[in-house]
Amino acid sequence: MNLYPHAIGMSADEFMSWSSAMIDNMVSAGTKRTVNRLTGPVWAWAMRNSMHPLHFGLACCAIEMAAASAPKHDAERLGIIYRSSPRQTDVLLVNGWISKKLVPNLRRLYEQMPGPKWVVAMGECAISGGPWYDSYNIVQGMDQIMPVDVYIPGCPIKPDAMIDGFLLLQKKIDAYFKRGNFMED
Amino acid sequence: MSSDAKIEAPSYNDVKALVATKFPKTVSLRENTKKNSRADNEKRRIYFKADRKVLLELCTYLRDKLNFEHASSVTAVDWVDHMEVVYHLSNYFNGMLLEISVDVPLDDLTVDSVANVWGGANWHEREAYELFGIVFKGHPKLERLLTPKYYEFYPFRKSYKLRGQE
Repeated sequence: MNLYPHAIGMSADEFMSWSSAMIDNMVSAGTKRTVNRLTGPVWAWAMRNSMHPLHFGLACCAIEMAAASAPKHDAERLGIIYRSSPRQTDVLLVNGWISKKLVPNLRRLYEQMPGPKWVVAMGECAISGGPWYDSYNIVQGMDQIMPVDVYIPGCPIKPDAMIDGFLLLQKKIDAYFKRGNFMED
Repeated sequence: MSSDAKIEAPSYNDVKALVATKFPKTVSLRENTKKNSRADNEKRRIYFKADRKVLLELCTYLRDKLNFEHASSVTAVDWVDHMEVVYHLSNYFNGMLLEISVDVPLDDLTVDSVANVWGGANWHEREAYELFGIVFKGHPKLERLLTPKYYEFYPFRKSYKLRGQE
């Protein structure tokens, strides 16, 4: 039973074969798996094409973030649209050193984001502290304070590396939704 | 010229002579002994070593009489056996830069605050306080400037060790 992409638009014959296959599937595999197989690809398609990162420029990598949005690389064609409120975002893009004074605020931003959410550590500082390794005032890597999904190395990273990282994140989002999350928290 | 009048743009020799008469024992001049140093009438940097008891008096005198209106920086040096507070003052009219260094013993890390003489010294002193732990007496608000309030160490001291060091 191929549910995707015919769940979006199909002819009458296609709909008949699709709906009978769905009923067979529901009988054999149960409601939860059927709904997951039916809706998962739709969620994944919608979510991976509208990754909204938080517009939170910390350091010099934020310049590269801006360059990735500029016409040459045009991150917006992948749906990477920066939102200024954490309530409207899916991705926390941390691009710079995290001083210890910032940690409570960053943690709070992360918790304000609605789930499912992803965290991208961009540049050496967010990955491991970078040039501030062993500093008295800098957190030694983003993963010390919250789970990180994608690491994009570079100092600073190139805009194409950032696009590449987000394409990797697309695969992760796809896998997350296709695994199915109906009736799950 | 009367002794009370403000000298707008004092020369090297003016500053040297006036400070030597006003503070004969407590402030000493450190001459530049480099071979290619300029002649005295062309010099634009002066180095003083001051006793910390007269620091506030000296700073007020320099601002009011010799017109050093700008405190470029107030910082500290950790020499392990003692600490040193360094002041850089400048004159807007002839670009003269004056450096005062004050020795502070480790068992009494206090020095008079000059935040009321130059307003700009306020944050410089707070920074020296948070990084070296030197207490500036009479400062209007001696708190940590940039580091978090819960820090109980002074990171720029030589005795502070990072994880990678022994």
